[in-house]
This record gives sequence, C-alpha cells and structure tokens, in this order.
Amino acid sequence: MSEHVLEITGLRAAVAGREILKGVDLTVRSGEVHAIMGPNGSGKSTLSHVIMGHPGYEVLGGSVTLDGLDILVLTASERAQAGLFLAMQYPTEVPGVAVVDVLEAAFEASGRNRTEVPERIRAEATRIGFDERFLDRAMNVDLSGGEKKRNETLQLGVLQPSIAILDEIDSGLDLDALRACARRIEAATEETGLGVVAITHYNRLLHELRADYVHVLAHGVIQRRGGPELALELETTGYGEFTAANGEANLS
Amino acid sequence: MGLDARRMAALERLDHATMPTSAEEVWRYSRVDELDMALFSSVMGGVTVTHGDLGPAVVARGAAAVDLLPEAPTEGDALVWWHEVLAVDPIVIVVPPGVSVEEPIVVRHIGTADGCVSAPHLVVRAGANSRVVVEERFEGGGAGLVLPRTVLQVADAAQVGYVGFQELHRSAWTIGTLEMAIEAQATVTAGLAGFGGDYARVRTDCSLIGRGATGTLLAAYFGDGDQTLDYRTFQDHVAPDTTSNLLFKGTVSDRSRSVYTGLIRVGKEARGTNAFQTNRNIKLSEEAWAESVPNLEIENNDVHCSHASAVGPIDEDQRFYLESRGVPTVVAERLIVAGFFDEVFSAFPTTDLRPALDAAVAVKVHTVLA
Repeated sequence: MSEHVLEITGLRAAVAGREILKGVDLTVRSGEVHAIMGPNGSGKSTLSHVIMGHPGYEVLGGSVTLDGLDILVLTASERAQAGLFLAMQYPTEVPGVAVVDVLEAAFEASGRNRTEVPERIRAEATRIGFDERFLDRAMNVDLSGGEKKRNETLQLGVLQPSIAILDEIDSGLDLDALRACARRIEAATEETGLGVVAITHYNRLLHELRADYVHVLAHGVIQRRGGPELALELETTGYGEFTAANGEANLS
Repeated sequence: MGLDARRMAALERLDHATMPTSAEEVWRYSRVDELDMALFSSVMGGVTVTHGDLGPAVVARGAAAVDLLPEAPTEGDALVWWHEVLAVDPIVIVVPPGVSVEEPIVVRHIGTADGCVSAPHLVVRAGANSRVVVEERFEGGGAGLVLPRTVLQVADAAQVGYVGFQELHRSAWTIGTLEMAIEAQATVTAGLAGFGGDYARVRTDCSLIGRGATGTLLAAYFGDGDQTLDYRTFQDHVAPDTTSNLLFKGTVSDRSRSVYTGLIRVGKEARGTNAFQTNRNIKLSEEAWAESVPNLEIENNDVHCSHASAVGPIDEDQRFYLESRGVPTVVAERLIVAGFFDEVFSAFPTTDLRPALDAAVAVKVHTVLA
C-alpha cells in the first residue's frame, strides 16, 4: 500500500465572480478520515467541486497537490485518473449510460484492465447491498436517493481511488444505506489506504467512518480543527459561534 | 387499373402540378427549392424483402401488388405525382384479421445511383386484431434521389410496429412520407432513424381515426458535415379517446442542420384526446443548427396535450459526472450522446435493429467527437 497525500494550501475560489473559498488549508494522507463540517453556504460543496475540477468554479489562488502533482492544471478526468474521487451530493442522472460502460472507460483511460470491471462491480454490489437489477439501468436514472449514494459508493469501491471526497453522502440516506456505504468506505481506508474528506452535517456518518479529524468550515476558511470530540461538541452547540457576520472572529 | 395505367394517370396529373416551395408552411425550413427533377434522368432502385413464416399473410410486389394498393391520391403537388409515376415496384403486405406475424418483415431498399431517382412504395394493411412488425431500411446508393411513400392501414385492435432506418449515401437526397390511419383500439409504434443523406426529409402523418386508437411516434437522427435532416409530423386526432405520443431526438454537429416541425391537431369530435410531443436536440458545434417547432391546434376542450422542445449543448453536469469517474472528456461526450438516443431506440417495436442502430450512432460519435 503506497502512501498518498492531498495537500490543499491557501485555496481561494469563486463561483460566478463571488469569492467563496478564502484560503483553505487541509492535508489528507492515506488512511485518514477528515470531516468537513460547517453551516450551509460555508463553502463545503464548493471545496469538493474545486478539488475535482468542476468547470463552474474559478480558482483565485492557492494550490492543490496530490503526491506533489499540481492537480489544478488537470482536467476533472485527469484528476480522477491521478487517484481522486468525488462522491456527489446529488449524483447526476446520465440517461442511456450504464455504470459498467463508465467504469470500463475509466479503467481504460487509466491503463487498467477493463475486462475486470464487470466482476468488480458485482462484488461491490454484493458488498454494499446494491440490488443487481440497478446495474443495468442508466446511471442514477430512476434510483432513489439512497440507491444513488450506494451507486456512488459502488463506483468508489471499483475505482479504488487514493483520496475520496464525500459530499454529503449521508444526505437522503436511510440508516441501513448509510451504514452500508460508510462501512464500505471505512474498510477501504484499511484495505487500500483510502484517504477520505467527508463533508457532512451529521455525527452519525463520522461515527460510522471513524473520523480522525474534524474541520469546521465557515465563511470560506477553516475556523476550527479538532478530533471526533469536536463533532460531538458541535452537535450540542451548533454552528452559532461560526455564523457571526465577521468570518475572521473565531479563527483558532 | 394496372400498374402502368395507374402510373400513366399520375403522369397526366404531374403535367398540371407544381413543385412545392419552401414558401409553403409545410415545406418551411426544407431544401426543396434546391431540387431540380430535370437532373434525374432514369429510374432505378433495388428492393429485397425478407421474412420468416408469414402464415396466411401475404407480401405482394410489382404488378401482383397493384390490386391490393390503396386508391391513388386525389390531390397533391408535383412530388406526390412524381412518386406515383416512379413507383414501379410497389410492395403490399397484407395481414388478415386475427393473424400474428411473429418475425419482423424486412424491406430493404438500396439507394439510387448518381443522378437516378427511385420511389419505394410500401403499404402495410393490418386486418382487425392482427399483429405485424415491418422494418424498412434505406441504405447505400449514390448521389441519387429517393422518394419513398409508406402507408400503414391499421384496422380495429391491430398492433403494428414499423421502423424506418435511413442510412443512404451521404450525397443522396430523400423526401419521404409515412402515413398511418389507425382505427379503433389499434396501436402503431413507428420509429424513424436518420443518419444518411445530404438532405433527408420524412413527413409523418398519423391519423387516429377510430375511437381509442394509439400512435407512438419515435425518431432518432444525427447530422454531421453539411447534412440537413428534416422531420415534419402531424398527429391528427379525429376520433374520441385517442392517444398520440411523439418523441423525436436529434444531434447535430459540424455545419449540419435538423428541422423538427410538428403539429398536434385535435378535431371537434376528438374528446378525451391525449397528445404529447417532445423534441430534444443536442447541438455539438457552433455552426450546427437545430430548428424545433412544436404546435398545437385544438378544437375540443376535453383533451390532455403537452409539448416540449429543447436545443442545447451536451449537459455540463453529465459530462462532469463522467469525467469525475476518470472518463476522458471526449469519451464522456460520446457516451452521453449515444445514451441520449437510448430512450428512443428502447421504445422501438423491435430489438432486431438495435445493434445496427447503435453501430450507426457509434460511427457518428467517433467521427464528430474525435
């Protein structure tokens, strides 16, 4: 198992001309689980999309490297081939395109053996309890919210990225699905050394994932860092102290 | 009347008819003004018909088919009469009442050579409670003109499937009509696929003339280079409680153009009509152009109608989603465009053609998304 590191330094980014991320620092190594928590509108989803290279976001400054490689100059697919994965909050429906076609194309692009894909998909489906009937359907079409998240987890399992960003993978999930997805991802941190950035509102996911670090993002910067106990604290106190008009007030 | 007499009568009508022009609403956006019939000197065309066990059903051709042909049209422009004059080898499929033909009947037309014209003529007469699927393919040839006319006469409670799959030479012109008259409780599922030709037009007339009749109209078309693919549709609700459901999807790339112009007409007697019309287009280049004009004309209040149309580039979120899995941009775009047609092909009345349809799309996506 090789060691990987995602290093985010002073990252600033804008959407439609408005600066959302105002200098984010975060380092994620193989096997670590980092939670990003924070109030709505704090820039959590922006962070995930900027790391993955969504064309709707403009990087204003800072750097993001994976194993020293500047990923901000890469296309989204090149970032994925380099070992990044984004599990989306709202997985996009792609009519007429089956998951197997996508993962085979991804394997081929990264020089892996595409013929392994169908068997890997079946194995992952069994592992997370994703109904095999869904495998023949078009990507995310006619899937419930929970099934879509299982589908994201299935793809993560097949692709075996080095670093995965989970953008509210727990939203819209029932407890069984949450547990199935979280356990699969947690297992990947052990089995393949997956490093995880989990964006969430809920302690439940962090408990299942056994988060090592918790970061509070508000007003476009990381306001506080701590261990799992910080998530517990937030569960009682809420984000009140971070939602003050002055975003710099609570820097710790 | 024999076939020759029928053609001679049409020739007389042709003498007094005028060519259509794009000034007429039904030919708007068409390239008919560029058509000069004097450039086409001889009649040519080749057709083969293959089928499985027909049982009591009949496939008649040429002179043998003439007594089974519906009446010749009573009016029309010069292209209508040109078709009648040039239709030397009509094919009529007769399925008697209650008979099911299990395997699709395949009618294959080879396109015409450079400077030649042909007029494929196909009639399907489906008796009450009968079932049949007919695949009509137009392929190859050269810089010729093909003027097809296909007529589906569908009696009470019959179920007819039809696919018109056009892969003519890239220099060919084709101006065709697909007419269906659907009687009570009968259903037609008609799929068109257009890939070839320089200018390729199909006018579809779906007449729901019996109570409870249903017509499902599907099309997939993909233009590249300088092609023009032109679809004109009429969903004519004459009888009560009739249903029509239209889904036409197209992709245009390079400098190609597509036209979708459709009209839902609901007559005074057609209460309880359900009529839907959806046209979606992906535009892959700046210079490509997709016209999409859905229309409604409703004379009865007790109806449920909707229409939708869209023209746009490849969906950015879909592309990003596939890219975020590690699929290179161009491969992602190919998958999305091919997948775009799946909804149409899946609804075709036969799965036989699916490999060929997918292959035709694959050739196009690899050409235009290189």
